[in-house]
Amino acid sequence: MIVTVASGKGGTGKTTVAVSLALSLAERHPLYLDCDVEEPNAGLFLRPGLKERREVGQMIPEVDPDRCTACGRCAEVCRFGAIIVISKQVMVFPELCHGCGSCTLNCPEGAIHEVFDAFGLLERGVAGPIAFAQGTLDVGKALATPIIRQLKQWAISEDVSGRPVILDAPPGNACPVVETMRGADGVLLVTEPTPFGLHDLRVAVEVARDELGLPVAVIVNRDGAGDAAVDEYCAGENIPVVMRIPLDRGIAEAYARGMPLVEARPAYRQAFQDLYDDLKIMWGVEE
Amino acid sequence: MKQLVVVSGKGGTGKTTVTAALAHLAASSRTLVLADTDVDAANLELVVAPELESTEEFWSGELAVIDEEMCIACGRCAEVCRFDAIIPGDAYQVDPHACEGCAACFYQCPVDAIRMEPRHSGQWYVSRTRYGPLYHAHLFAGEENSGKLVTLVKQQARLRAMDEKVDLLLVDGPPGIGCPVIAALAGADLALVVTEPTVSGQHDLERIVQVAEHFGVAPTVLINKADLSVSNTSVIDIYCQEHGIPMIGHLPYDTSVTEAMVRGLPITATDGPVSDALHQVWRVLQTRLWLDS
Repeated sequence: MIVTVASGKGGTGKTTVAVSLALSLAERHPLYLDCDVEEPNAGLFLRPGLKERREVGQMIPEVDPDRCTACGRCAEVCRFGAIIVISKQVMVFPELCHGCGSCTLNCPEGAIHEVFDAFGLLERGVAGPIAFAQGTLDVGKALATPIIRQLKQWAISEDVSGRPVILDAPPGNACPVVETMRGADGVLLVTEPTPFGLHDLRVAVEVARDELGLPVAVIVNRDGAGDAAVDEYCAGENIPVVMRIPLDRGIAEAYARGMPLVEARPAYRQAFQDLYDDLKIMWGVEE
Repeated sequence: MKQLVVVSGKGGTGKTTVTAALAHLAASSRTLVLADTDVDAANLELVVAPELESTEEFWSGELAVIDEEMCIACGRCAEVCRFDAIIPGDAYQVDPHACEGCAACFYQCPVDAIRMEPRHSGQWYVSRTRYGPLYHAHLFAGEENSGKLVTLVKQQARLRAMDEKVDLLLVDGPPGIGCPVIAALAGADLALVVTEPTVSGQHDLERIVQVAEHFGVAPTVLINKADLSVSNTSVIDIYCQEHGIPMIGHLPYDTSVTEAMVRGLPITATDGPVSDALHQVWRVLQTRLWLDS
């Protein structure tokens, strides 16, 4: 089963939940993907040995000046302003390019070919029985989504049926989050019982359930901290609250040191195993 | 006019709580304009009691649409699409969540069955608050181009700030280090990075500091929940010292912050250790922003 752990709001405990789920399911040889490529943090808790590495990026145009007639067709078809023609010279702006290849396809002279432009790194390895992969966006680069797309293609290439696949999503509700949710069997949303938590939970439900049509379940973290509005919302929307993790300074201190929840509070191990099995039934996944 | 942007790298470290507190403190002696550039998850509006003045639509980019009647299912669109956005069938279809609007398929379709439509991606708003005007926005679920919406919100807020000759443009930033963050940092005088003494907070702090410096914005650091780990807090203090990054202050771990949020109040409108620490933070920030005055 492929589970995406997401949240809308940052810092609600996505990585805490995803890491604990993976550790609790260790005997089933889970695959863990850290898709928060702007700030990948799961590795700090799982401490995997990363053996394989590859650069990630996209193909960007390079113009052959001998064949180019500066006709301007490339600039005309580019929807991103990434290629322009100024005084018979073609200029390419790699940071605006989406790597779609349209300029190359449309050049009447065949004067454009594509070259690889790296803006991130994919890595994979193992943390004990857990297969682990992560992507990292280079500092100063803007495009997170293609890294997530390629991370998933690279890491989920083999047959994963019968194994838990856990995707740790970035915060927010925009395209990187959608890319992380696409293809999942369901989405586990981690929130906190505060006005910020509720506001951003609604947004995450809009993306996962309303836009992508995926089943969702909620984990309330720091339970007891705020008000009852998250519970009222979930009840009204028929969204199951499948776990509560109490507001507990001890848990926060363990997290600060890089200690996973299930190591600080071993009783959660069984709770996460049960949660996974319940989700399989709720989402109708056979494994 | 000075521009202060509050960012964090890691989400949930307290950016919005700090921004609302700074707005509250700043408004007592200075004029300001507020911008919430976390357009994915805009939360500042929850604690500054905005009264909506105007709503504008945000159109950004395009979406390919295939005319079912005209499609001959030749598959050329799927062949050229690099974003897995074409769904094959008797008539081909476009997955709007995957389509980047590049129009590669539009130009390649042999029977001109594909058209490009503008994409309604969100809304942006101007509101009145007790501290000054607020510019904020909502990106629709699953849309792209949040960076462009951030840029738009910031431009509008900046124009207003210049028109009215206010002292401060205070920007609540998004998490991460990618496109929206880069857009939020553009042109800032000072970045206040709110972090926490956790292994994740530490890791992300280094990345966001590099991004700020890469784009020529001076970073300063504030540690939230500093007493959660005394040792990690001192590691961050030393990191900042070694890199010449000003440490603006430490806030204690205190559940009264959540209580204030539930009541819709800035934490500085209540009494307590976090409120006291933030008063001090604002004094330090003022000297940094207006050294010459």
